[in-house]
Amino acid sequence: MSIHEALLELADDHLVLGHRIGEWCGHAPMLEEDLAMPNMALDLIGSARTLYDHAGKLEGKGQSEDDLAYLRGEREYRNCLLVERPNEDFAHTMLRSLYFAAFMRPFWLKTLETSGDETVRGVAGKAEKEMAYHIRHAGEWVIRLGDGTEESAARMRDAVAALHIYTDELFESSPAAHEAEAAGMLPVRAEMRDAWDEVIGQVFAEAMLEAPDVPYPQTGGRKGLHGEGLGHLLAEMQSLHRAHPGATW
Amino acid sequence: MTTTPLWEVFIRPRNGLSHKHVGSIHAADEVMAVQAARDVYTRRGEGTSIWVVRSADIVASDPDQAGENFEPTADKIYRHPTFYEIPEDVGHM
Repeated sequence: MSIHEALLELADDHLVLGHRIGEWCGHAPMLEEDLAMPNMALDLIGSARTLYDHAGKLEGKGQSEDDLAYLRGEREYRNCLLVERPNEDFAHTMLRSLYFAAFMRPFWLKTLETSGDETVRGVAGKAEKEMAYHIRHAGEWVIRLGDGTEESAARMRDAVAALHIYTDELFESSPAAHEAEAAGMLPVRAEMRDAWDEVIGQVFAEAMLEAPDVPYPQTGGRKGLHGEGLGHLLAEMQSLHRAHPGATW
Repeated sequence: MTTTPLWEVFIRPRNGLSHKHVGSIHAADEVMAVQAARDVYTRRGEGTSIWVVRSADIVASDPDQAGENFEPTADKIYRHPTFYEIPEDVGHM
């Protein structure tokens, strides 16, 4: 276990969610969202790139961001399960982004305050504002769908039932994350709980949604234990690089 | 989405300049309209401020009255600032 793996976990979260959101490009229900989705995806992929680059340098084995993103298999990916969940519909997509951004915003703010790693603070400074926008954009959709028509409200409730079980994993620190926390590089994930609860509570109150009790949270992503969807996602994302190693455009 | 209202978008590129009409977007309400305008029209650093207004709230001049509205100004060139010499001290106007 090594400290660079904590950055890989973060980078994988951002790349996988960025790719998922990017899947909407060209398929969103209206032009405005067809632009908003790639905007959000590119925010996430931008953070992932810097984190991969930094992780590769800390590891010191000469792995580039492309090596880390395109040449690792499913079991080597360390993203949390939430971000790999399929898009399904707008309710699932927006709720997934809200859950993730409501965690990452306080995480990056705390990083800015306390991290001793200049590169990580650099990512935090940029990403903190991006996550604030993702909370706003996804939150407004969750409110409108949850407090919307009969069908949109039912879909929103289905999304909560499907995705809430993956949220506890956000607050768990792997052994690598513990190491990064002890070294003062990253904040303690569990400490984001109050800030997350506050954002989700506010949005859910307006959206007429209730957070369910989760007796059996789904975890395992940090150990490389993923749902079957991640393999398909990676196959698509990595196919070009694997067919044409080192391709640039 | 055919019932989603249309909004006109105005962007101020820099402090000190005015908001300028850049186009239109569809959105369910004013909050979503500002977000959609941000996502569609400020992706390349075009703006520091956004206004949106419902297209239905804009009162436009009648194209049939274009003649009586605009042609009478054609022979009043003395209204153009280029008619006057600007003192050098004034600088760029």
